Amino acid sequence: MPLLEIKNMVTSFYTEQGDVQAVRGVSLHVDQGEALGIVGESGSGKSQTMYSLIGLLADNGQVKEGQFTFDGEDITPSSFASKREYEEKMRKIRGNTMGMIFQDPMTFLNPVLKIGTQLVEPIMNHNNCTRAEATARALELMNHVGIPSPEKRIEQYPFEFSGGMRQRIVIAIALANSPKLVIADEPTTALDVTIQAQVLELIDELKVQGNSAIIMITHDLGVVAKLCDRIAIMYGGKIVEIGTDKEIFYEPKHPYTTGLLGCIANPEDDEEKVLHPIPGSPPDLLNPPKGCPFVDRCEKAMLVCRDYEPAVTTFSETHQCSCWLLDERAVNYHE
Amino acid sequence: MSEAPILSVKNLKTHFDVTKGIFSKKQIVKAVDDVSFDVMPNSTFGLVGESGCGKTTLGRTIVKLYNPVAGSITYKGQDIARLKGQELKKYRKDVQMIFQDPYASLNPRMTVGEIIKEPMDIHNIYNNDQEREERVVELLRIVGLKPDHIRRYPAEFSGGQRQRIGIARALAVDPKFIVCDEPISALDVSIQAQVVNLLEQIQHDLGLSYLFIAHDLNMVKHISDTIGVMYLGHMVESGPANDIYHRPLHPYTAALLSAIPIPDPNTAKAKRRIVLEGEIPSPINPPAGCPFSTRCQKATNRCQVERPEPIQVGTRLVSCHLYEK
Repeated sequence: MPLLEIKNMVTSFYTEQGDVQAVRGVSLHVDQGEALGIVGESGSGKSQTMYSLIGLLADNGQVKEGQFTFDGEDITPSSFASKREYEEKMRKIRGNTMGMIFQDPMTFLNPVLKIGTQLVEPIMNHNNCTRAEATARALELMNHVGIPSPEKRIEQYPFEFSGGMRQRIVIAIALANSPKLVIADEPTTALDVTIQAQVLELIDELKVQGNSAIIMITHDLGVVAKLCDRIAIMYGGKIVEIGTDKEIFYEPKHPYTTGLLGCIANPEDDEEKVLHPIPGSPPDLLNPPKGCPFVDRCEKAMLVCRDYEPAVTTFSETHQCSCWLLDERAVNYHE
Repeated sequence: MSEAPILSVKNLKTHFDVTKGIFSKKQIVKAVDDVSFDVMPNSTFGLVGESGCGKTTLGRTIVKLYNPVAGSITYKGQDIARLKGQELKKYRKDVQMIFQDPYASLNPRMTVGEIIKEPMDIHNIYNNDQEREERVVELLRIVGLKPDHIRRYPAEFSGGQRQRIGIARALAVDPKFIVCDEPISALDVSIQAQVVNLLEQIQHDLGLSYLFIAHDLNMVKHISDTIGVMYLGHMVESGPANDIYHRPLHPYTAALLSAIPIPDPNTAKAKRRIVLEGEIPSPINPPAGCPFSTRCQKATNRCQVERPEPIQVGTRLVSCHLYEK
């Protein structure tokens, strides 16, 4: 059984202009000890998929449909008797079996609390242990994430740390209770490349040593290529293609995936490669297109793409793609 | 290369006084310290480095937003520090800038037309409104926007479209040289490629030179003819883009390059990184010798006390004691 399974998640946000349909039917699973990358541009719904899962949606957001199972337990919001009960449950899971790493460590860390307090508290809250035991564990964690002289640093405040060091603290907090799943939302976007490489290596170690599963949300294809076993490509609130790293990079099926790969410069190629940008911009999820979300930017769009959502075509046990080009039935469609 | 460079920077230093209070010890941030490089006509010089290395300060010094404390910037044979009156105005027209943040760099209360027209007004380029209007429409077309966008406000555009407006504004006064300060880092992947292609197209059509500042090494390698690598206010290495990428000489360049995530699973997962310990030292108290000596694995005692001078190695300039004969 997979560690995490999401079935048909639908999430929308209420606004005065109408409902913004941020997540429109996402299904995925994560096995123990694997790293899944979720790649998409801003507004593709990649972050909201995870916030829906961990119960941290903004006040105007709501999970409309879906079924989520984590570690053998049902964590679908609608399956709980009350909102309070659901939040109680999620509070126990978050920071315990599920760790989170966010993009901006400064908004995650409390600026007026010492690093030590912020590390020791989650350990004490989720385990039955004394402050001394928790502090010992905190020092061990700081050492593990590569913070020099932890005994001194534990007494300091977040502003005394550099960006990379703060992100290490966030990672240490996420790891505090040896989580089964770590969700990382753009953890290195705010960091410089040499620091990014250090942080990515640290996250990779988690997977190898701790046997934790990782969900890596990013827009950087270089980061997923380095870190992930499987990759899901999101566009317009849907997963348009999912497969192993090699299937996505070497045998992409969806025009959006090929489009994304054509947009990036690979420094290993010396031939003057011409970038092939995808024309246009992502769809407005206030009024998403009726058919395929990519239809307005797709060079190969057909009539059927405008009117009907493409079904999922399976290429291998791991590789699936939703595109009419891959569906035989598309041939028979006339207006 | 017998051609004369369009822009030549020699031993440039830009320092900032950050002394707190009047009785405290004077504190100076040496944001740019002794940097020299040339930009050839119709080419792109890519400037890379991590945050705080001084690349943006260098760009801003070139467009005269900051004044250097020492050194010279020569544009088409003229020292820009000596320019006055009409000549200075000419320089300000010839050298334009594209900014990183397409949200902060456009006035939200001006229409797109007004934004693009403003530099034309300042430099008095066109005789009447009609000529200017025609030119604005043409510029919008060049950057891939529609003529009817002229009456809209920046808030109605996406990040990529706003960056196009910024490019149109820079082109409005027919510049020869554009400083692009991280023009794509705020944009989505598919939009980045649109903007990079646009910049390359414009360069090809109008014969411009760029100083392209970025931290995304993959894109810099793609767009640049020559690359300069900065660390803590110093240019540690500069030379042709392919040479630098494939045979980095300076230990910092090598470490920086090995840290780039390659968008290819087989290469990326096999690639071994040169581990750089620690972080960039504070530019208020830079190391006495080589700026990189505190993190360099090959550092010797000499590196800690004596600052290396740039030396020519093949096609490149490197500031490192390892390459001195």
